[in-house]
Amino acid sequence: MNKRKIYPLAFVWPAVIIFVVLFIVPTVISFYFSFTVWDLKDAVWCGLDNYKMFFSESSLSTSVINTIIYAVFTCGLKVILGFFIAVFLTSNIATKTFIRSVVFFPTLISSVAVGIMFKAILHPTKGIINVFLSLFGIGSIDWLGNTKLALGSIIAVDVWKGLGIAVVIFIAGIQSIDKTYYESATIDGASKIKSIFYITAPLSRAARNSVITLAFIGGIRSFDLIWAMTKGGPGYATDVIASTVYKQYSSGYYGLSTAGNVIMLLMVMFLAFPLQKFINRGGDLQ
Amino acid sequence: MKRKHNFKRLAADIIGVAMALIIFGIPFVFILLNSLKDRLESNRLAMSLPTVFHFENYLTVLENNNYQLVTAFKNSIIMTIGAVIVLIITGSMAGYVLQRRKDRITKFLSKLVLIGLMIPTAILPTIWVLQKLGIYKTMFSIILLQTALNISFTIMLYQNFMETIPVELEEAGFMDGASTMKLFAYIIFPLLKPVTATVVIINAISVFNDFTTPLYFFPGSENATVQLTLYNYIGQFANSYNLLFADVIVIVIPMLILFLIFNNRIVDGMTAGSVKG
Repeated sequence: MNKRKIYPLAFVWPAVIIFVVLFIVPTVISFYFSFTVWDLKDAVWCGLDNYKMFFSESSLSTSVINTIIYAVFTCGLKVILGFFIAVFLTSNIATKTFIRSVVFFPTLISSVAVGIMFKAILHPTKGIINVFLSLFGIGSIDWLGNTKLALGSIIAVDVWKGLGIAVVIFIAGIQSIDKTYYESATIDGASKIKSIFYITAPLSRAARNSVITLAFIGGIRSFDLIWAMTKGGPGYATDVIASTVYKQYSSGYYGLSTAGNVIMLLMVMFLAFPLQKFINRGGDLQ
Repeated sequence: MKRKHNFKRLAADIIGVAMALIIFGIPFVFILLNSLKDRLESNRLAMSLPTVFHFENYLTVLENNNYQLVTAFKNSIIMTIGAVIVLIITGSMAGYVLQRRKDRITKFLSKLVLIGLMIPTAILPTIWVLQKLGIYKTMFSIILLQTALNISFTIMLYQNFMETIPVELEEAGFMDGASTMKLFAYIIFPLLKPVTATVVIINAISVFNDFTTPLYFFPGSENATVQLTLYNYIGQFANSYNLLFADVIVIVIPMLILFLIFNNRIVDGMTAGSVKG
């Protein structure tokens, strides 16, 4: 049977052409334009100036650090909370489908809508969280206006919104574990807690790797939620690379903005890819 | 002993449901209640029932700025439907051939397309490319961009599903002298219906909710999509939370309806390929 005849490459080209022209080509040329001062028409080579500026100007370098903090914490929290919620939802409780749906629903809402919602809920004087805390005598906290708290507050909202995906991936992973492991563990007298840490956790490794990779890459790229909640403020306290890219674009510094894009790309390549290799190798040793 | 066990389970159920509703339910209830208050009452941001229900807030929001939100819905729907159609056609054809034919070119193309799942869009170079092609600031370019952004996941879904379809079908069809296009259109594509449904829903949600792509590549108030309009209302309705929240609810409701109908399909689509390792 001639595979070339039945499965013509012509079927692949429409998808590949759209993808290459509108995604790969811009990505490749971004390396060139990141070394230029550029107004979309004329590009003047300026060497490493854009990158130097990105790492020396504190307003820009803060965004690089914030991006790493944001990616690490959103990812870590989604993995830990997602795993334990999934363990709970794969036990024999009756309401698991309902709880799963409630936890999952926020992932379908746009970041802008979630941002508006939580800006009101975290309002420094009237927000329901502060009203609730005042019942315990805790004074009003400026969740989004305090430079030390703002990034943490947005991270919490990001986890609230994105946790559902981690949970359903973990559920799928846990459900694919062979039940006989648990049976023999019970016969050997292992406690429930022990079997979570020695059976469920190691054997849901594939699911965990997916959650880590997805959440980490998502964290590095995040923009919408931050933009809707604080626009990077107060000051530069919640600026991440993606918001800096937008700000430099709005001010007409196109080369600098593109350098930000390239830094994000390199972060994904040099942090996310090795991260995945590392967690996979850790698995082989087990 | 047995009764104690049941009691523990019931307690777990009650605590689980209560926690889920408090953490994930209250924010939505809060928005809904305040969207029905008058301006002053909603600005107190209290978690309370409206003293008078102002359903007309929703009408005000739709009529605002000469029916801007209605135009925005129209733009969003055109963008979403357009992108989903292009994604189904190009993604199913590519996924079919990439899964069936394993040679050097197809292996390379499969890997190339996977890159799209990882790396972020290069914003300004994309604008540059669109300008060179003469399609910058057009609905056409937005539809193609949404296709480029979502094609990787779409092809992956189709490739995974193709594994479950026996090869004999195509071989028999080919022997009978069907053309490759007919073979695909009349034999394979109908069999892909379940995964096509997943592709439609997942992509519709992702394209409809996308804020960044229209922000950069389709500027101009007459072009605004629902998400951009909502974003602009943050400043405009800073002192009338009731209207701002009514906007949010108008956007949440279509998602809620989709979710109630397609719950399992959405979850299956989003976890596809993630557990195989």
